Amino acid sequence: MNEVVLLGAEAIAQGAIDGGMSGVYAYPGTPSTEITEYIQRNSGARKEGIHSEWSANEKTAMESAIGMSYAGKRAMVCMKHVGLNVAADPFINSAITGAGGGLIVVVADDPSMHSSQNEQDSRFYGDFALLPILEPADQQEAYDMAYNGFSLSEKVGLPVLMRITTRLSHSRSRVLRMKNIAENELKLPDDKKKFILLPSIARERYKLLLNLQDDLTELSENAAYNTLKDGNDRSLGIIACGISHNYLMENYPEGIPHPVLKIGQYPVPVKKIKEITSSCKEILVLEEGYPILEKSLLGLLNNSPVPIRGRLDGSLPRDGELNSDLVRKALGMEVHNGPEIPEIMVNRPPALCKGCGHIDIYHSLIEALTDFGEGRTFADIGCYTLGALPPYNAINTCVDMGASITMAKGAADAGLVPSVAVIGDSTFTHSGMTGLLDAVIENSPITIIISDNETTGMTGGQVSSAVGRIEGICLGIGVEESHLKIVTPLKKNHDENVQVILNELNYHGISVIIARRECIQTASKRKRIEVETKSLSTKS
Amino acid sequence: MGMKKSNIILSGVGGQGILTIAGIIGMATLKEKLYFKQSEVHGMSQRGGAVQSNFRIADTPVASDLVPLGQADLILSVEPLETLRYLPFLNKNGWLVCNSSPFINVPDYPELEKILNTIAEWPNHLIIDADKIAKDLGNRRGSNMVILGAASQYICLDFESLESGISAIFERKGDAVVQQNLLALRAGRDAALK
Ligand SMILES: Cc1ncc(C[n+]2csc(CCOP(=O)(O)OP(=O)(O)O)c2C)c(N)n1
Repeated sequence: MNEVVLLGAEAIAQGAIDGGMSGVYAYPGTPSTEITEYIQRNSGARKEGIHSEWSANEKTAMESAIGMSYAGKRAMVCMKHVGLNVAADPFINSAITGAGGGLIVVVADDPSMHSSQNEQDSRFYGDFALLPILEPADQQEAYDMAYNGFSLSEKVGLPVLMRITTRLSHSRSRVLRMKNIAENELKLPDDKKKFILLPSIARERYKLLLNLQDDLTELSENAAYNTLKDGNDRSLGIIACGISHNYLMENYPEGIPHPVLKIGQYPVPVKKIKEITSSCKEILVLEEGYPILEKSLLGLLNNSPVPIRGRLDGSLPRDGELNSDLVRKALGMEVHNGPEIPEIMVNRPPALCKGCGHIDIYHSLIEALTDFGEGRTFADIGCYTLGALPPYNAINTCVDMGASITMAKGAADAGLVPSVAVIGDSTFTHSGMTGLLDAVIENSPITIIISDNETTGMTGGQVSSAVGRIEGICLGIGVEESHLKIVTPLKKNHDENVQVILNELNYHGISVIIARRECIQTASKRKRIEVETKSLSTKS
Repeated sequence: MGMKKSNIILSGVGGQGILTIAGIIGMATLKEKLYFKQSEVHGMSQRGGAVQSNFRIADTPVASDLVPLGQADLILSVEPLETLRYLPFLNKNGWLVCNSSPFINVPDYPELEKILNTIAEWPNHLIIDADKIAKDLGNRRGSNMVILGAASQYICLDFESLESGISAIFERKGDAVVQQNLLALRAGRDAALK
């Protein structure tokens, strides 16, 4: 067997490659990005021609993967948790159609919101869609679950949701690889109608899905990822989901005296839960994210036979990421704090890089807006969201990808004229384009600034679907050529750019200003690679 | 049992090369066939924010990906202020090894002397001007290697393993880059022994 060192995200990627995957579909998003990036770099994946190009957004990614699964091949989709909101429509419906070739939907949650707008728990979506969920505790399980997830999906005829969180995604350890499984042959579904969700067919398919639920629970009862280990001290039983099992074990280096049910596959194994709850005086539930299992154990009528502790009774915090110290406290053990953080400490929040083009366009925008009054800049998600921080204080909103254009439109409809939208290039093609169509149809009095750094900056510089296409898209959607402006955000162009923005703010209709300058991070990375390849090639 | 163990917190500012240090320790750990878990920060904080990586090495399996409070044997910091951010994780006998050159990208950055004095209040500390040492070697980007060299005596790995870690990590960039970084690593070790 072949031992490698991988991030949790990379372990999923390698597991899927070794497990016979024919394609990964994804839109970047922390902490899921590294899965697809690994596949893009992997020479084995490249040789086999495994699809790994970025998709325009999570919905298009999900649909492409369903298409590949329809054609009988094994496909994986990767996204961050909020991406599943975007992909929710095809995701929920994919449970009704069922899968052809194995289909794994990997969703990376971000408890504590290290790089996110919320900390929603994707297990909720899995339950909602009535699909099996896999939740690895460590890098090896991440590999194994991806590797075996395809056959699980094919066996039950359903997509499988794989849920990880930031910590596992971005933590490295040793992983044992298994032997490579060949890709599936092209094969159309046996049931030619199952992917046609007309109500008459969907009703039948939905009944099938409901009937499968007992089988899924039975699979969970016997799954290797769900283990019940007995212990002598039954004053407490612990149910630990996914990575929280590590935080539990950290506190018992010599072995744990209590019964422990470790859960890595859902729907939850009900028999095993009954076994531990009936043999222990009290149950502590450890789960990363929302108290989903805890809540269902408590029941609406609070009729659990034993007290249930966890995030809802205050044993653990209701929000935020878990760690071994929080679990330690919940277990009633003493936490060993080191020295306190001295008073001189200050925060060091992320900031726009020195020399970033977003800064220059914000300076020009702020100046142009001076006489119009504040509160009219609707921004979006990306590096440019950091324009919310001092010294810029340049934006008023950031809700979800694409919301800048549509919120500016809504505010303009309400009478806030002019309203300004600020959106990045990748966000524009992710979900700004459709909102632009709404605004064009009504010729809304808004000025849209597409701050185009020609990359997907915030997530580390992935290829942006927008490169080379923004003007064409805007004109095609119907923006007037005379109100489509292109500027270069540089200090020396400041006055000129203020004037361009002012002109468009004064125009009562829709304008798009593209502020285009390459991201300084991608630019310097590109130059470094150029220099390195040059020096290597001159030597050899 | 439990003979070899290091809980390390690597700290600094996004872009200062912490992940490279982690990669090298990782290679060295593999070579010595020890268990490890190493967590790191990707995403938003990499844009000039405070970043850390937790590195846990042991000769028995490691459970948590994160170092528990009061359990770090070493805080290795490429930036002075960032040394102090993780103090609650330091154990009683833990070491602080840090670079004295500040990375100032916030308006309220404290006075450097106050920071260095606070670090020096902790008995086990080592403050090194890694930027200067790296610059003198003609390898401005090598201060992370200097700090790793200085801290090497507090990590449960052989110095040679760290050296081979450097060779492995920088191999694809050519031998000159490998040699430069080995020099920086050794210069850091020598500065610490002075
Ligand atoms: C639905 C959803 N998918 C993905 C993300 C992760 N994400 C945040 S910003 C961003 C990239 C934005 O790129 P761009 O709009 O080009 O702006 P830049 O960061 O380059 O300035 C991504 C992918 C998210 N927050 N929400």
